[in-house]
Amino acid sequence: MDSTQATISIIKEMAAAMEEHRRSLTRLDSEIGDGDHGTNMHRGFQAALERLENTDPASPSDALKAVSMALIGKVGGAAGPLYGTAFLRASSALAGKEDVSAEDVADALEEALAGVKQRGKAEAGDKTMVDAMSPASEAAKEAAGSGSNVGAVFRAAADAAAEGAEATVPLTARRGRASYMGERAAGHKDPGAASTYLLLDAAARTLESSSGGS
Amino acid sequence: MVGLVLVSHSAEIAEGTATLVRQMAGEVEVAPVGGDSDGSLGTDPEGIQAAIEGMQADEVLVFVDIGSAVLSAETVVEMLTPELRERVRIVDTPFVEGAFAAGVLAQAGADAAECESAALESRTESKLHGET
Ligand SMILES: Nc1ncnc2c1ncn2[C@@H]1O[C@H](COP(=O)(O)OP(=O)(O)O)[C@@H](O)[C@H]1O
Ligand SMILES: [Mg+2]
Repeated sequence: MDSTQATISIIKEMAAAMEEHRRSLTRLDSEIGDGDHGTNMHRGFQAALERLENTDPASPSDALKAVSMALIGKVGGAAGPLYGTAFLRASSALAGKEDVSAEDVADALEEALAGVKQRGKAEAGDKTMVDAMSPASEAAKEAAGSGSNVGAVFRAAADAAAEGAEATVPLTARRGRASYMGERAAGHKDPGAASTYLLLDAAARTLESSSGGS
Repeated sequence: MVGLVLVSHSAEIAEGTATLVRQMAGEVEVAPVGGDSDGSLGTDPEGIQAAIEGMQADEVLVFVDIGSAVLSAETVVEMLTPELRERVRIVDTPFVEGAFAAGVLAQAGADAAECESAALESRTESKLHGET
């Protein structure tokens, strides 16, 4: 499978994960937000699939760009411009590359994280998706540095994101809707951190099921 | 003349604020953009972009309510053509009060910088003037 095909397969698996976990993400968001994160992400990824069909991307970068535009346009909540910016930055990081290496993936994740932080002005510990993305980016860099393949880099990132998402439970929020709740946000997992884990896990599973990536 | 784009999560808030501004600023171009692309609560970046690009005004001030309205407006402004982007500013004020203050001055012929600084005063201006 070439990198463009792999990217498209990953995006489809991400869309399937957003469909499958729509209710659980919305439930998390109804505890400390407005109860729409699952619906928002599902709608955004359905729009992404549509856009992929219509644009027939010629490179991994093009495919990620299509996802970005769909998420920005259709999510409707804060996650739209945030994930939209993440995918856009990842797309730019991979511009001109036909084949995506493990290092490229780590670089793209680092750029995606930088984009989200710049857009949302959140730092680690603010109880947002940054709390999952930030350790994910670190873990990806470490895995790529020690010679892991692309699939293993995504697996390392997903595992770190899962831990990061779990670690948002006791926090109070400094960004996003939950920040209006003060102490009352403690005791609940951040929905955006949870969706970040699900997206990275979808990427890892896609490559694991296709002979472990390349 | 200065025009205003009003971005809220709610169509009613955007429309209602536009009505409030227009009452004092009947000749000012005011474009309310409320709700997401389905018309539910949320924000619609494509709608925001269309509103900004559709403005006849030379300078455009964008007012935003909370959360995704801010992030969506920033994302859209970043994606505008450089020529247009130069004429557009997001104003960091309370939504209703800021838009109202800017609209009144725009009607009086003030430029965008003046309108913006009047709007910014609404961040600290007391409503009860110290009386309780
Ligand atoms: N400023 C921000 N920086 C980083 N992440 C944010 C920010 N604001 C919100 N988020 C993330 O977005 C998630 C909520 O997404 P969503 O429900 O789609 O948006 P909304 O809050 O507009 O309804 C939060 O759980 C959080 O992870
Ligand atoms: Mg929400």
